[in-house]
Amino acid sequence: MRLVAVIIALFLTCAAAAENAVPTMADPVTNKRAVQLAEQLRCLVCQNQSIAESNAELAVDLRRQINEQIAQGRSDGEIVDFMVQRYGEFVLYRPPFKAVTLLLWLGPGLMLATGLAVLIYNLRRRRGQREEQPLSAEQQEQAELLLAAGPDHERQ
Amino acid sequence: MTRFLVPLAIFIVLVAFLGIGLGLNPREVPSPLINKPAPAFQLPQLHRPDQTLSQQEMKGRVWLLNVWASWCVSCREEHPLLVEFARTNIVPVYGLNYKDKPDDALAWLKQFGDPYALSIVDRDGRVGIDYGVYGVPETFVIDKQGMIRYKQIGPITPEALQNKILPLVKELQS
Repeated sequence: MRLVAVIIALFLTCAAAAENAVPTMADPVTNKRAVQLAEQLRCLVCQNQSIAESNAELAVDLRRQINEQIAQGRSDGEIVDFMVQRYGEFVLYRPPFKAVTLLLWLGPGLMLATGLAVLIYNLRRRRGQREEQPLSAEQQEQAELLLAAGPDHERQ
Repeated sequence: MTRFLVPLAIFIVLVAFLGIGLGLNPREVPSPLINKPAPAFQLPQLHRPDQTLSQQEMKGRVWLLNVWASWCVSCREEHPLLVEFARTNIVPVYGLNYKDKPDDALAWLKQFGDPYALSIVDRDGRVGIDYGVYGVPETFVIDKQGMIRYKQIGPITPEALQNKILPLVKELQS
């Protein structure tokens, strides 16, 4: 129980730290918007972090850009476009659905479908095999003989 | 037999993909600015802070824009090559001194040599963001029409200079 509490506490501090990385703005609604935007954008310096989490200098600068642009009254879409124009679609954690990203979006579903198809095909075939092979008269006779003889004959 | 061939084929394809993946450099993110106009700037010069330079003034010439900083270790690595290359006078190299203290930058150039036709100062990194700079050094090749034609991410290597930058510059100048 204590362990659980510690783990929860650790998670909370992580969450708090992530939030701290964004300079707080006076208005909580705007601040939330800035954080949400920053969470969608990948930091190019430490590529597995969003610019909300990262403390790289570039991430700090880009968060400042977001804050300024929100203050200027730009929409979320405009701010995201601003980043994509400069750093490319790589900065989007949620890449757009288009021809190049088709495999990226549909790949997992496709693989699941293929796996299911193979599984169903194999199960069907196995069931078919089992039903199709009744014993011939000869085999039946042999089997009965073996069964009647009992365990002593097993080794022969 | 096919029982083994199918998983083997899948395995080989997987290994091939992973092999290609290992060979790629995840740090090199292709710039969306290639073949787009160089973003506008008007920045003070490092040696003469009272004067500015804008990308507009460079129209009609092929030029290189090298993003550098005195705090950047890879820049030091790249620097001798840049100094040597600047002596050939093939193409002017302009420096974008990125998020640096002007005093540090000047001292650095004094110590290691100044390859730049001139350097401009991007104190807070805003022009850097416009150019999609995410790691220093970076070098842009910009053509006579003011279009970005190539971006070198990280230090210029002798190979990149010989095989990519020089042929491209020659092509653009002709």
